[in-house]
Amino acid sequence: MEIITGLANGFAVALEPANLFWCFVGVFLGTVVGILPGLGPPATVAMLLPLTFNMNPAGAIIMMAGIYYGAKYGGSTTSILLNVPGESASVVTCLDGYQMARKGRAGAALGIAAIASFVAGTVGVLGLMLVAPPLAKFALSFSSPEYFGLMALGLAMVVLLAGRSMVKALLAALVGLWIGSAGTDLFTTTSRFTFGQMELLSGIDFVVVAIGIFALGEVLSNIESREEAQLLPAPKGLKNLLPTVQDLKDCRFAFFNGSVLGFLVGVLPGAGSTIASFLSYGVEKAVSRRPEQFGTGVIEGVAAPEGANNSETGGALVPLLTLGIPGSGTTAILLAALVLWGFKPGPLFIPENPALFWGLVASMYIGNVMLLVLNLPLVPLFAQVLKTPAYILYPLILGVSMVGVFSVSGSTFDLALLMAFGLLGYLMRKLDYPSAPLILSLALGAGMERALRQSLMMSEGSVSILVSRPMSAVMLSLAVLVLMIPLFGRFNAWRLRALEQ
Amino acid sequence: MEGKTRNSGDLWSGLALAALGAYIVVQASRWDYLTPEGPGAGFFPLWYGIAIVALSAVLVVSNLRQRSSLRVTIAWDRVGRALSTWLALALSVALFKPLGFLISFALVTYFVVAVMYRRPLKIAALVATAIAAGFYLVFPFALGLALPVGVLGF
Repeated sequence: MEIITGLANGFAVALEPANLFWCFVGVFLGTVVGILPGLGPPATVAMLLPLTFNMNPAGAIIMMAGIYYGAKYGGSTTSILLNVPGESASVVTCLDGYQMARKGRAGAALGIAAIASFVAGTVGVLGLMLVAPPLAKFALSFSSPEYFGLMALGLAMVVLLAGRSMVKALLAALVGLWIGSAGTDLFTTTSRFTFGQMELLSGIDFVVVAIGIFALGEVLSNIESREEAQLLPAPKGLKNLLPTVQDLKDCRFAFFNGSVLGFLVGVLPGAGSTIASFLSYGVEKAVSRRPEQFGTGVIEGVAAPEGANNSETGGALVPLLTLGIPGSGTTAILLAALVLWGFKPGPLFIPENPALFWGLVASMYIGNVMLLVLNLPLVPLFAQVLKTPAYILYPLILGVSMVGVFSVSGSTFDLALLMAFGLLGYLMRKLDYPSAPLILSLALGAGMERALRQSLMMSEGSVSILVSRPMSAVMLSLAVLVLMIPLFGRFNAWRLRALEQ
Repeated sequence: MEGKTRNSGDLWSGLALAALGAYIVVQASRWDYLTPEGPGAGFFPLWYGIAIVALSAVLVVSNLRQRSSLRVTIAWDRVGRALSTWLALALSVALFKPLGFLISFALVTYFVVAVMYRRPLKIAALVATAIAAGFYLVFPFALGLALPVGVLGF
């Protein structure tokens, strides 16, 4: 009953003309961003974040979430027509999607991708709606040691799945903690790592780091080559985009598999939509009556991963909103956005901001319908976006990044920091250091330190408090186990194989 | 030649991170580790500083012990394009005070189009002017956002 009332109130918020408009802007931008290879959702959300500071928070979070899940829809277009994933979650769609397009079935592939995204995206929102409120109630019993354990586990999971080298992923996470420590220590008012700069006393703005690492780093990385990919023609007309009844029958299990697996993987910190799409593709292939045909243009091979990467969005918002723990780069930026708008994601977020939470949930139902409408008949139009020359696109991204940072503080010092973090982001890509652990530990660092120090204050300096409470003991043990995986040959081989795929 | 480029990135980044870790440890040891109220300002940084030193040592040592044929190579020739763009961008930020955002950004756009993508100079000038004008119309004009202003007043 509580859920139905909440959802009804949520629709009242989401259907306000201004919020409908921002929802449309979000999903439209998300689709464009998803289509453009080399510009991912974290970079876009980070770039546009400063421009939302003067917006109504409900409209702003609805738009940001729209970019997040909209990009998942758009990502399939380039995978199918170009064999280049628009974003990492669409990598696996290339396997069968591009083969279908080469056989003249691009329309059916694009159509089933949109339909699977819609079905699974809606199931993901349903899961968010059903799981988040009870989880938030459960998390009310958490104290500082449990929060420290939870954040350590989240960070450990991200480190585990961030890249081939866990040493590099851990180092990236530790550098994130260091960047997050710069400024005045709120417990003792000691200035830390400020290098005598007044501007650093209040710390380094999360937005500056996120835009630098993701947007600038991505552009610099892409600008290395001038190569253009070969685009297959996009089918015209709605009729050519609709899958046949047989196609839909073939995809029945894929819809279910993508929806459920995607949501479950989304709830886990660190796993993310790329893992979700690969897992659901693997499951689909394992249960298929024609596994040998996977990779040659099988329609379930498009439906399952596309469904999973959309359902994952709903799952990823569960720990973000109820525990304040993001599981990926994009959700870490969304966490920072919520904090900057004056909210505190965690167990009290839903009871204290029911209109915002339910408004967001309702907007995601509406956004998924908008995306289905946008992505079916307008695919040929969106495909034109791919023809934007890189020499126009990249200066635009660089300009919006700089304007975004300057609009936060009006300080050219922050622009200089942006340049430094842009270079860091580029070097990290070049040297194979994953950026997600850095951003995540930057987002969680202050909270982690606070939780640890508060725990030790509670226990008068005894670290046993972290292991004497059952929940924190379990979470810290799991975190340690996760970090020890490279020491177990078989598990590490599995991890490396999954990452290589 | 190949021997010089082999995995030098891991080695040098490991050494740089070790230096960073050592700096963090030295700084943290100057702040209170424990106070009567609980952990001090140096408590958390000291531990992650030590972890950075230890992990970067692992990275450096494992890199040195690796057989050369297994080492990762980096195409340093492509790095030049990215670093040139970064330098142009950094220079444009330095020029914000005298020239303002619009002129500085138009110059960096011109550089990207003409030098990085080798488009005709006329096209580069057209793209640079159009993008700078577009930024002016969207941000200061339509959205009311302030951009860095130069001595010319815009």
